[in-house]
Amino acid sequence: MSVKAHPLAMMIAALARGVSGVRVRWEGCCPDPKQRIYFANHTSHLDFVVLWSSLPAEIRARTRPVAAKDYWQSGVRAYLAQKVFRGVLVQRGATHATGSKHPLADARAVIEQLAEAMGETESLIFFPEGTRGAGDSIAPFRSGLYYLAKRRPEIELVPVYIENLNRILPKGEVVPVPLVCLLTFGAPMQVGEAEHKQIFLERAHAALCDLHRKG
Amino acid sequence: MNWLIDRVGQVAPAHWALPVRDPQLTWLFVGVLGALILATLIGMVLEKTAMSDAARSTIENLNARIRAWWKMCAIFALTMLIGQIGSLVLFALLSLLALREYITLMPTRRGDHRTLLWSFFFITPLQYCLIGIRWYGLFAIMIPAFAFLFIPTRIAITGDTEHFLERSAKIQFGIMICLYSLSYAPALLMLRIPGFEGRNARLLLYLVIVAQMSDVLKYVWGKLFGRHKIVPRVSPNKTWEGFVGGVLTATALGAALWWVTPFTPLQAAGMSLVIALLGAAGGLVMSAIKRDAGVKDFGSTIEGHGGILDRIDSLCFAAPVFFHMVRYFFVP
Repeated sequence: MSVKAHPLAMMIAALARGVSGVRVRWEGCCPDPKQRIYFANHTSHLDFVVLWSSLPAEIRARTRPVAAKDYWQSGVRAYLAQKVFRGVLVQRGATHATGSKHPLADARAVIEQLAEAMGETESLIFFPEGTRGAGDSIAPFRSGLYYLAKRRPEIELVPVYIENLNRILPKGEVVPVPLVCLLTFGAPMQVGEAEHKQIFLERAHAALCDLHRKG
Repeated sequence: MNWLIDRVGQVAPAHWALPVRDPQLTWLFVGVLGALILATLIGMVLEKTAMSDAARSTIENLNARIRAWWKMCAIFALTMLIGQIGSLVLFALLSLLALREYITLMPTRRGDHRTLLWSFFFITPLQYCLIGIRWYGLFAIMIPAFAFLFIPTRIAITGDTEHFLERSAKIQFGIMICLYSLSYAPALLMLRIPGFEGRNARLLLYLVIVAQMSDVLKYVWGKLFGRHKIVPRVSPNKTWEGFVGGVLTATALGAALWWVTPFTPLQAAGMSLVIALLGAAGGLVMSAIKRDAGVKDFGSTIEGHGGILDRIDSLCFAAPVFFHMVRYFFVP
């Protein structure tokens, strides 16, 4: 299934690169249109827009960001998220009890939704912390990344460390300060066949933290 | 050649204080073009003759720099042809880009966000607007007096006192260098020099040429004869040979260009000497800041050169002093 890029996509990508002045370093791998899951630290609403924009155009056209339904579901945001970024909107914190009567069933439904969105060609941008941090440290990952990796074990998981975006648009601010942000793509990893959930999540977390320290 | 001079001269309307049939300015551009062609040819020859790997990588960087020079000169010439507006917009953008590179390296905190927004989107455009409307009095004090007081106040309002003075001072310094000092270059356009009306664009071009050429000449002399490092702990690439050779040849170049300025050849030599010395000071200070922040360049915007701020550091230091020397000695 090949989807043609939205006419706004090119413009917004260029704008996002301009505002964030993004510098991209492919440290652990090269840009490749094959299916991947890019997982990154989450510090700003701009995160997935900038990460998505900094991918080469042909890869960008096949990469779908996973975004929180509650933030991106109305008005202009909804249009951008669904038509331009082709985002996959999911219920946030579905793997934790959110007052839902069937948290586990909800979680499974989200993972199914993501797997379906990937199909055979699409890559995903995923924020395993689930919520935006202050940018000083990376919060422990939620289980989503593990279950997603288990669901599609053949797919490469690429850690992406996003630096400085929290300074460009901190939590609670509306207007971005146009500083320079830095994206570092790390070495791809995969979930082991018998790997325990907690061990895998810590390994993925450590991979992302390593990119931070090398920075 | 005359048709070219006519065309260049007629692009800008007279009231923008720009070259109305200004053959000297055209000749200056022709000279820059010649220098670029010469540099490109030399780069091509060196590329063929480079023997060792180290030499090859040096030449590769040199050629990348020359390619970037073509682009920079094209952008600069184009904005000058548009007129005063073009120059002001160009320098305002340079200020913003330089400030962004500088602030990126500084550990500002959440509480500084609004202060930074003011700096980028209000103080910067305002400073260049003041040049546009020729309000010299406010142009000269808006940042050192008013913005200076505003910044710590705005940070204090957020209630975050951690490293308060350090954060205020770092933002103030950034604005002073990237914005205030740099804005003195296009401010040359508002000086009223008797007998030199409508020719101020030449002074701006003169300052930029001498400051940038002093950088280039220091680099060339340093690469050819550099032995004794000036301050190895700040920058391993700055040598006494490069400094002395660069300053002297830049002074000679500036003196040889006296015919585009209101100066006599001797005065032009003095002005160029000051520009070259301050350019060296700027390079040294900005290197110290980079060393302190643990980076080699401020960015990677310009191929081979690093960031914008790496390219204009000498200009930032030379512009205010050159402006005030011209204003003191040549404006009644």
